[in-house]
Amino acid sequence: MEATVAENHKGKAWDGGGAEPFSASYGKMMMWFFIVSDALTFSGFLGAYGLMRFKFYDTWPIADEVFTHFPFIHGHYPMYYVAFMTFVLIFSSVTMVLAVDAGKQMKQGKVAFYMGLTIIGGLIFLGSQAWEWKHFIGGSYGAVILNDGKVVQFVDESGHQVTLESFSAKTPSERIQHTRSNGIWFMEEGALPPATLEQVINGFEASPNINLRLEKVDPATKHKIIVSKEEAKKYLSNAKSVVKGANLKVNEYGKTLFADFFFFITGFHGFHVFSGILINIIIFINVILGTYQKRGHYEMVEKVGLYWHFVDLVWVFVFTFFYLI
Amino acid sequence: MSHSDSHSHSHPHGNHHVHSHSGLIWRVFAFLSLVTVVEVILGILKPHALHLNNFLGTSYLNWIFLILTLVKAYGIAWYFMHLKDEKTWLRRSIVWTTVFLILYLSFYLLYEGGALGEIDHSLTKWQ
Repeated sequence: MEATVAENHKGKAWDGGGAEPFSASYGKMMMWFFIVSDALTFSGFLGAYGLMRFKFYDTWPIADEVFTHFPFIHGHYPMYYVAFMTFVLIFSSVTMVLAVDAGKQMKQGKVAFYMGLTIIGGLIFLGSQAWEWKHFIGGSYGAVILNDGKVVQFVDESGHQVTLESFSAKTPSERIQHTRSNGIWFMEEGALPPATLEQVINGFEASPNINLRLEKVDPATKHKIIVSKEEAKKYLSNAKSVVKGANLKVNEYGKTLFADFFFFITGFHGFHVFSGILINIIIFINVILGTYQKRGHYEMVEKVGLYWHFVDLVWVFVFTFFYLI
Repeated sequence: MSHSDSHSHSHPHGNHHVHSHSGLIWRVFAFLSLVTVVEVILGILKPHALHLNNFLGTSYLNWIFLILTLVKAYGIAWYFMHLKDEKTWLRRSIVWTTVFLILYLSFYLLYEGGALGEIDHSLTKWQ
């Protein structure tokens, strides 16, 4: 019979940790309970993201045009950086499972070594995510927001995006950034966009080789639609403001919801990685102190390992839904 | 070495003569890496034959991504989280519950998202 019935529970389940239904200890079972509930939390978030993508199926930003940066290299490199992050996380999962494996053989030194590598992998991942956020917040080219919330971008003759400063009129602007030192002393504002709306519109009208690109995706080519100069002027007559970069209120790449979901879901995942690193450090110290060697088993390493693998598992889905699909 | 804790049962992982699974672990890692490399290559190239079409609501390419993701999830859950070695019904109570609830939630959210999309599409003006 496969089902395991505890014999010595004196009428109480898991009395004193002695009984082990399904041959899983209390702690391990509870870690699985937590993982199942946390998996449902993440599916709720990713499901909400999916709902909005289905709602804006023909205007959603194209991830390949958003995440194009790679450290120390200039140019357009979609996917490579996030692929690197994925490898870091998978590799730290491997060192974690090697630590669990060494724990089953009671090899204290090996457990400590692999736990240490896992912590380093987690830190590299978090650092990479910070870098990714920095570039997303900073933006790449800049765009113009219209009164009805549409975001329009600027491209050259080959259809590649160009920066606002590359074509905007170099007319002098009175506008300077409001800081505490030059305005009302208790108020300040964020960095100003590279050009004012007037400079962008004047520059656009003066440059025949610059075209306007809508958020709308052409279903036949799955590229965003570039409109004629006359149509572009009609769109720009409704222009509201210039935007560079992305935050929770504006997003130069298109729908603000894209930025909101990106910050929220990768942030929530990053917080899991962060807490996973903290728990890993605690267990790592205990391994070095010999706590589990004295206890006679390394089940704590196995339990924190389950959590760490779960964080990796979530990233696999985040990677797919934010960067691939 | 003897167990220092006083529990009468022997802990399943306290056995010192467990042989190492490191060979299997590295094979799983190689497999997960290979799948990721395939995903990244397809994501960069986006071959028109896979990308510019529609099958059951999305492109072939997206279906490939989705299936490869589930394959990776299986590899992580079964081998890294060693669900493979758990008792059958512990594994099923975890996996079946989660998979059922996620499918249930996703179906309604995506179905509703599609309906909202049609409304939004009909109301958005593009000059």
